Amino acid sequence: MAEALLKVEALSKHFGALRVSDRVDLTLAPATIHAVIGPNGAGKTTLIHQICGTLRPDSGRILLAGEDITRLPPHRRARRGLARSFQITSLLTEMTVLENAMLAVLGVHGSAFAFVRPLAQSGTLRAPALEALDRVGLADRAARLAGSLSHGEKRQLELALALAATPRVMLLDEPLAGAGPEEAARLIGLLATLRDHCAIILVEHDVDAVFRLADAVTVLAQGRVIAHGAPDAVRADPAARAAYLGED
Amino acid sequence: MILLVVQTLNGFQLGMLLFLVAAGLTLVFGVMNFVNLAHGVQYMLGAYLGVTFAQMAGGFWAGLVLASLSAGLFGLALEWLIFRHLYGRSDLDQVLATFGVILTLNEGVRLIWGSAPLELAMPRLLSGSFALMEGLRYPVYRVAIAGLGLAVALLLAAGVHRTRAGMLIRAGASNRDMVSALGVDINRLFRLVFGIGAMLAGFAGVLAAPLISVEPGMGENVLILAFVVIVIGGIGSIRGAFAAAIIVGLVDTVGRGAITGLAHLMLTGPAAAKVGPALASMLIYLVMAAVLALRPAGLFPARA
Amino acid sequence: MNRALPWAIFAALALVPLLSALGVIPGGYLPLLLGRVMVFALAAMSLDFILGIGGLVSFGHAAPLAIGAYAVAILDANNVQDALVVIPVAVLAAGLFALATGAVALRTRGVNFIMITLAFAQMVYFAAGSLADYGGDDGYTLYSRTTLAGWKVFDGRAFYLTALITLFLAWLFLRMLAASRFGRTLAGIRQNRPRMAAMGFNAYAVELAALVIAAMIAAIAGVLLANEAEFVSPAYAGWARSGDLMVMVILGGVGSLHGAILGALLVVLAQEALGGLTSHWPLVFGPALVLAVLFLRHGIAGIGARRG
Repeated sequence: MAEALLKVEALSKHFGALRVSDRVDLTLAPATIHAVIGPNGAGKTTLIHQICGTLRPDSGRILLAGEDITRLPPHRRARRGLARSFQITSLLTEMTVLENAMLAVLGVHGSAFAFVRPLAQSGTLRAPALEALDRVGLADRAARLAGSLSHGEKRQLELALALAATPRVMLLDEPLAGAGPEEAARLIGLLATLRDHCAIILVEHDVDAVFRLADAVTVLAQGRVIAHGAPDAVRADPAARAAYLGED
Repeated sequence: MILLVVQTLNGFQLGMLLFLVAAGLTLVFGVMNFVNLAHGVQYMLGAYLGVTFAQMAGGFWAGLVLASLSAGLFGLALEWLIFRHLYGRSDLDQVLATFGVILTLNEGVRLIWGSAPLELAMPRLLSGSFALMEGLRYPVYRVAIAGLGLAVALLLAAGVHRTRAGMLIRAGASNRDMVSALGVDINRLFRLVFGIGAMLAGFAGVLAAPLISVEPGMGENVLILAFVVIVIGGIGSIRGAFAAAIIVGLVDTVGRGAITGLAHLMLTGPAAAKVGPALASMLIYLVMAAVLALRPAGLFPARA
Repeated sequence: MNRALPWAIFAALALVPLLSALGVIPGGYLPLLLGRVMVFALAAMSLDFILGIGGLVSFGHAAPLAIGAYAVAILDANNVQDALVVIPVAVLAAGLFALATGAVALRTRGVNFIMITLAFAQMVYFAAGSLADYGGDDGYTLYSRTTLAGWKVFDGRAFYLTALITLFLAWLFLRMLAASRFGRTLAGIRQNRPRMAAMGFNAYAVELAALVIAAMIAAIAGVLLANEAEFVSPAYAGWARSGDLMVMVILGGVGSLHGAILGALLVVLAQEALGGLTSHWPLVFGPALVLAVLFLRHGIAGIGARRG
């Protein structure tokens, strides 16, 4: 097996008596889409939080390309190539779409400590930012304020901000949430092309999309991994069916 | 040695006064997330009303009771007139509006009572001193303040920890939405907290009045110390406010003495005379900085 | 119109000494008053940078102002009056103060941040009061005003010009900063801190740098203020002074930078006018402030937004 890009080892976290992560293991191979599914409250989003660094695990380790990042703050994880999208759209609403994307490039590939030249006139940021916007189909919205976009467009921009950082690993927290069928189809097509650029951890409710896209699936229930492996194997797994797939 | 005992007692007594002011403030912050810069005004008002009522009703004790109650009512009036319109507004709006209230009331006090400092006579019962140890007499009144403060603190702690309203207040400080979801009228609960807080600050003002000069703007020095207490103790926590108030009180008296002494040991002559007081006056703020550096949420954070 | 407004303000300020020299408008009092307005505008503008653009509600911005003023006083007492020494000392001292206190204050958010900045300013207030060699609580009267390599640029009519040029340069500088990568990052952090962290920005470091820069500019305002008044006192660091600066920023329109000049003009003129009518002017100013916050839908900033 190829060197794992992201490795989560025995990650545990509890809030009082509630175990939200119970010795979770997860291995993300390069150039794959690894889906994390499970019923509501299974601990998917708290897992994402711990991988991004917005929540500190009680025990366990997180390795990014072999480096232990368990204790790093979120911004340093981002600079090491970990990008994320937010489950609830989280944008810089008073800035233009282009500025959002340019800051996404700057945050990982540049420095905020540049005081003279205007951000807006930076060619080195503009080109990759526009490219990311183009990938998600937002190039013609570049001059609009992010807050004025439609819901679907905001979801696209979420994705563009992750893309603009040209990450090694992307954590996508329900990228299809609230998207109409047409938009969802577009986004699924887009995600399929992304795996060549970086590995993706995909938390998603849309099970059809998951099985169409994913190279590997991990099923969580009550904070524990109850099944993992190739999509077909997971689909056939009785524990996974009972806990989650059976619902449908 | 004698000095240390006196300073410790003074520090404890200052701590009790600070607790009385900080208690209402920390609950108001905790429950409503409301930044009330004008809380110090209640302390000032308590002192002024204490002076006036003591003259009218003929005595300290009548002044204490009437002034505390009036300060509480005045606080409720302010809440009804102004503050309730500010809940949910930005911190900035709350700061500005309550800043305007301070300006207005400080000047109002000046208009009514004049700029000259007023004095309030100690109650005769407590005006003496007693022999604490050999060669040391300590004023009874200061002990009485500490005792009264402690009694109120215990009463408050019992109220907050043993009654249903207190349980809701604590719950509100750690999770406001949950309390609202329980179907409790959070605004009524808050008025209760606000009124008690205003009354306690007024009570502290009357108690302090015989020891200090009663003058416009006296509330703000205490208010900022109360902020330091809250920040150290953790917003919304009565226990934290109590511990932090004693810490701040002691640091301000014992620490002040110690640092001036230390400066004289380490440095000689005029340098010590210069560095000592400057450092001493900064001490409580440095303690605050140290606490925050180690525990940004304070010693006893109410919110998880 | 929006773009022209700041230039119009500076043009008007530049015309005042000219017109008063020609006798078109009264000299003497008005330029003196406007000189004071510009000093406070400078301090308020630096506050607007952290408050309006960075969203950092500091209630302690009088502290760096006072530190700048005390740099003048302490050096004056030691017979140093050259701006080439005074200004670097003032700027450095205020910068270090902001670095140390900001490092602690920025560990908290919201209400806590407001209280802590207020407390640290109060620390400066008490520390200044304990400086027995420099007047203690009574304050310190300067022997002579600051000079620039022998030129008396802080005296008489020259003061107006010095204040105007300083204010203009500060505005250009802060405007540049606001549009730069640093400024836009700071604005991004105000709008959405978790998002900026997820994009790789160290929000803490950026905000701390902003606090230091703003404090340095406020210190220059403090140098000007000490010279304007020929006097320095602990009250310069008082909570009411911090509050005044905040009111100026809000009145002028948060985040506009040049609005701080209008805010300073409004506050200084209002206090001057009300002070002329009644010694109890806060009884008018205070309620006006409360009513403005209560009845203008978006806080007082609403007026500024419409004006700007």
